[in-house]
Amino acid sequence: MKSNILFGRVALGLYLVIFFGYLVGPLAVMGLSAFNSAEFPSIIPWQCFTYEWFSTLFHDERILKGVKYSFIVGFGTVILSVAIGLAASLVLTQVWEKWRSTYYTVIIAPILIPGVVLGISTLVFWKKVSDLLGGVDVLSNGIFLTILGQSTFIASYCMLVFVARLQRFDPGLTEAALDLGATHTQAFRKILLPFMRPAIASASVLAFLASFENYNTTTFTFGSYPTLTIQLAQMVRYGINPSISALAVIIVVITVFGALTVEVYRRRSKLKAGEIRQGKGLPAWLFGNTATILLVALSFALIATVYTAQTYSPAQCKADYKAARAAEVQAKIEALRAARAAAAAAAAANGEAPADGGTNAPATQGGTGGFGGVFAPTNLEDAAGQSNGADSGAAAPAAPFGNVFDPGNLEDAAGQNNGASSAPAPAAPASPFGSVFDPNNLENAAGQNGN
Amino acid sequence: MSSGVDVNLENIWIKFGDFVAVREANVNINGGEFFSFLGPSGCGKTTILRAVSGFLTPSEGRVLIGGKDMEGLGPNKRPTALIFQNLALFPLMKVWENITFSMEVKGASAAERRKRADELLDMIALPGQGDKLPSELSGGQKQRVAIARALCAQPDVLLLDEPLSALDLKLRQHMRTELREIQQRVGITFIYITHDQGEALTMSDSVAVMRAGIIDQIGDGNAVYDRPATPFVASFVGENNVFRGKITAINGDEALIATNRSGELRSKITPAAVGKLNVGDEAMMFVRPEMLQLGAGDAKSTITAKVVNEEFEGNSYSIYLEGDGGKQIKMAMPNLGTDPHRAKGETVSFSYDAHNAVVMPAGDLASE
Ligand SMILES: Nc1ncnc2c1ncn2[C@@H]1O[C@H](COP(=O)(O)OP(=O)(O)OP(=O)(O)O)[C@@H](O)[C@H]1O
Ligand SMILES: [Mg+2]
Repeated sequence: MKSNILFGRVALGLYLVIFFGYLVGPLAVMGLSAFNSAEFPSIIPWQCFTYEWFSTLFHDERILKGVKYSFIVGFGTVILSVAIGLAASLVLTQVWEKWRSTYYTVIIAPILIPGVVLGISTLVFWKKVSDLLGGVDVLSNGIFLTILGQSTFIASYCMLVFVARLQRFDPGLTEAALDLGATHTQAFRKILLPFMRPAIASASVLAFLASFENYNTTTFTFGSYPTLTIQLAQMVRYGINPSISALAVIIVVITVFGALTVEVYRRRSKLKAGEIRQGKGLPAWLFGNTATILLVALSFALIATVYTAQTYSPAQCKADYKAARAAEVQAKIEALRAARAAAAAAAAANGEAPADGGTNAPATQGGTGGFGGVFAPTNLEDAAGQSNGADSGAAAPAAPFGNVFDPGNLEDAAGQNNGASSAPAPAAPASPFGSVFDPNNLENAAGQNGN
Repeated sequence: MSSGVDVNLENIWIKFGDFVAVREANVNINGGEFFSFLGPSGCGKTTILRAVSGFLTPSEGRVLIGGKDMEGLGPNKRPTALIFQNLALFPLMKVWENITFSMEVKGASAAERRKRADELLDMIALPGQGDKLPSELSGGQKQRVAIARALCAQPDVLLLDEPLSALDLKLRQHMRTELREIQQRVGITFIYITHDQGEALTMSDSVAVMRAGIIDQIGDGNAVYDRPATPFVASFVGENNVFRGKITAINGDEALIATNRSGELRSKITPAAVGKLNVGDEAMMFVRPEMLQLGAGDAKSTITAKVVNEEFEGNSYSIYLEGDGGKQIKMAMPNLGTDPHRAKGETVSFSYDAHNAVVMPAGDLASE
């Protein structure tokens, strides 16, 4: 009996750990990777603690533009969606009683239609309208189209929020206002609208977030105004670096701040209403209010972070790390060279051709380089090593996908390939795309050359 | 403030689809009167009030306020103010903003409104409570705020839809007197709705008793209580004992009824039924519990029955006797300190004065 309960508790604990790990794990990894100096978002191997990705982020023209367009589109969508959603919900709850369910189905349909379809139809429809009107510029403007496209379904979300609130509205209040001499407009403005204010706030937040993260509708309508999601998607093609993680960290921090602030506000108004008993000693606004405590702690952490960011420089650490790695690579090369010499000696003894020993290694082990370099510029060395291997004739064309996103493979591959050629050759001229697009790789590439 | 205007309902019918909620209502309410609609739940009281205040248009008939036809005027254009069944205070506004809402929509300045609110708060005995939210008030206080809010609009007619129904008994009794006082002070016409007959009788100058969309009787408290027009009114307003039977003789405003279980009894014919009763008609005779007394009297007004139960209530006794059709006859007797108790099952004789009994054509009784 007792052990059953214990088992249940352990199982529950385990479940919670797994559950929250599943929820928060990816965020934590991403968050940490923003502070790792490795050139690809990763936390293993941990190289140096750095803030440089934040500065990279703030200097990345494309991301900044993307954020700007996302905000413009977001605000536009909020205004349009909230207006449409509010009107729709009023119609739903107050006007047509007979047609209610039909109307509901129609108005809710955009949520069920794939975003891709909405995007395409928005594009096609407004193109037609624009043509009919003889080519009105604004109708084919990316921002205009994106706002319209997103609003088609975001307005439905907003409506659901409003309907939920409206169901708790006592129409008697409007009647009372009318009875006291208010016009219909006054009754709406002074009674219904204030009642809807919390719903309008949450619908606005919802609409903004939905707009901000939208990709599949926007991808058809953005024209020459790529929003952040579009930019990110495009960037993946050229290879990404941890500034993406830095962006994620900023977004997460803002979200948490927002959520905590709302919670603090809510608690305080509850406190005012006397729903929470006030304790002795602690200031009233702090008592029993974890949200406030967290908020304060987080603010301090943020200030501390910003402060250290101004003074801290990982340059020394980075130099150390590079030296250590260079030494490591060197050691491996030595070892391989020795092994190869031994093998050659053995082969000579057996009377076989030495070239075979050279091709065997890259064919099995070095299943790396190649396309990997396209997506992850940090794979550079390995690719460089690969082309070095071309010296011995067999390695280069065989390069497959293996370490596409894992710079950790790097040293191995480099060592391997270098080992394949009988002597380290200059890497630079043969290196593939990676370094072309990402100046951050320069150091590494240089280091390789030094090898 | 106006000294009250007449309200006339002329042949009002109100239908919701096929359902007739109000049937042929003709009501004349004098200016400055405290007029009540009394009836069981769902009989159409609120519906009538909504027609007066302009929230719905009667399917037929006219509403006149101060002699003026209200047709086509919305609730915001009528000189009425309605106190809703659930009060409908604006939850997000402070008390003083609630009270002066009618001034706000006319564009009065905040200072003006504040001043008026303070006056009204004094009047309803809530001084200094103007900055609270309605949710921070007690039931009775909310009640008074709702009244102040309605009065602030300076209506000619104040309509009250069961405003006391949510309060506990004590507060309800207190608010009754208070409402009556306010009405006498401001002197405007009050139209009051209730399903509580005690409330209607204590407060009103006139009462209209309604049953399922039909107004059975209009009159002052005495008329409704002592001379009910229909069996429904007789049984709905106050307690009453019913005796069913057939008319055997009619003599002016008196009749003899052969009752099913108590033999031939004599009764006055209720004024509304004079001339409508004929010998041989099914009839109902009503005698109030307090009109019965122990001991035999005139043969045609004496009843004998077995005692079922006796309840002592301090200042009075209630004696329950075996009655007609499973119903019990109730007798209320003042406690004079001398009465011996009656045993259960004992057969007793009791009598009444024929002037205090009313007979009328048989009809529906109010369900208990
Ligand atoms: N909008 C409406 N549509 C259809 N029927 C309605 C409507 N309003 C009221 N009714 C019906 O009319 C009848 C009278 O309703 P009303 O609200 O006037 O009752 P009431 O006498 O005020 O009852 P209560 O004492 O419970 O408030 C009820 O049977 C009700 O179902
Ligand atoms: Mg009602």
